[in-house]
Amino acid sequence: MAESSLVVSEAPNEHGYRPFTLGGFRFERDEHFVHVTWPTGRHVAPAEPFLKALMRDVAWNFFYGTVNFDAVIGTLNHYGDVDLFAGRFNEEYRKAELDHSENFPHDEIKATFQAMLDDWVNEDFDPFAAPMETGSAYGEKTGSNAPAVTRTRIAAKRMVGLPGDEPLRSDESGYPVNRAFLDVDQEEPKVEVTEGYENEVSAFNFFAYLSRSDVTWNPSVVSVCRDSLLCPTTEEFVLPIIHGNDRVEWFVQLSDEIIWEVEDRETGKPRAKVVMKAGDCAAMPADIRHQGFSPKRSMLLVWENNSAELPGQIARGEAPTVPVTF
Amino acid sequence: MTKYKTVFASLDNFEKGGVEVINDDPKNYVFSNMFEVASQSKPWEKVAIARNVEYVLEAIRAEGVSPWRVTPHDEFAIVVDGEVVIELLDPEDTLVDPSSSGSIAVQGEPKGVIMGKITARRGHLALLPAGKCYRMIADHPSVVILQTVMGPDTIERWSQICQKY
Repeated sequence: MAESSLVVSEAPNEHGYRPFTLGGFRFERDEHFVHVTWPTGRHVAPAEPFLKALMRDVAWNFFYGTVNFDAVIGTLNHYGDVDLFAGRFNEEYRKAELDHSENFPHDEIKATFQAMLDDWVNEDFDPFAAPMETGSAYGEKTGSNAPAVTRTRIAAKRMVGLPGDEPLRSDESGYPVNRAFLDVDQEEPKVEVTEGYENEVSAFNFFAYLSRSDVTWNPSVVSVCRDSLLCPTTEEFVLPIIHGNDRVEWFVQLSDEIIWEVEDRETGKPRAKVVMKAGDCAAMPADIRHQGFSPKRSMLLVWENNSAELPGQIARGEAPTVPVTF
Repeated sequence: MTKYKTVFASLDNFEKGGVEVINDDPKNYVFSNMFEVASQSKPWEKVAIARNVEYVLEAIRAEGVSPWRVTPHDEFAIVVDGEVVIELLDPEDTLVDPSSSGSIAVQGEPKGVIMGKITARRGHLALLPAGKCYRMIADHPSVVILQTVMGPDTIERWSQICQKY
């Protein structure tokens, strides 16, 4: 893939991986680890979780709020520009004055992260796949996996399956039913349409669609009601990021179970565990960070408010922290 | 090879999780269960189980024949238990202000063109198009989750449905 002129990198090291520089941050990887340095400190992270987090950050355009790769490194989205930080949301790093943050134009940090993924993900590793469905992230550089790291986020304009919108998934289109969802009913709803109303009388088997997802922890938009987006996803193992909310986010557990560890967004101190079973519905407040654990592949409906007014309200501190009070 | 069993829930068979507090107020998580809500609702009550500013997800106990409704914007219905028939009608007249929010009940039988019919079971998602009328029919108690905007018939009973302690 052609690399952006915004990317600053060097020749490959002895392991075959190129180092990258972004402002005062420097990123290097070896067989096992990613090493990050900045003017006041350094950090080392295992390559696999780092690449999985990096993949989400790129694919989600830095998402809503904070994407913590771990307790030290992460990004904060300002919707047009992005902070890259080390230790900013870690109370002890801040006390020790080891924390560091730099702001970058969206295109610059995205190009650098995309180039890092392109270079550091080996041919048999898919950062979006469940652990048992992919090869290893470790070892010396062996090829690349451009199809895996350049997936675009599926986002229906109105509803999946409508003419001209995002297509349904099938064996023929390369989406077999996942091994963990072989018992999910695949029968489509019965739709009887009067001629001329084909664009408006429409339904699809949503659970079957999810059972054919080839990725984990990657919400995609299936239906759009003004700025209300249904963003279902299938989850297995651990959410590779710790998401720090800047707005209220909702989870509806459609199948199986996820355990969420919830911490204070600023300090990382534990606040709650939220155990969600099929049919449960819970909000994530706008002042926390959360990470999910899904023992068996499960179906989760993430529900987002994509209002263009929210970033301004968030910046002014006007967005509500909790969705309702009672 | 592991034989996985996918666990769905229903009106007759659901098990709630919950908020295990470490240092927080469980009310911040507005935690409920859609099947428990529907099990305590009257047929066709539109009970909010999630709200994000003006947007809501409503849990609806589908049982019998619903009144006709008309929606000013697209709505989306997910059948999460049972079977629901959705009838769609293109009204002769404009029955709802397109700038308003949330569906409203139609008085009596609306006149217009039958657009079609959807028979949806658990896991099926259906479009309820803007400006059009719909009604739902369920021979047995079923549950629908509706993606919509808060409207005059949205019911908020958070203190009754959510974990408080």
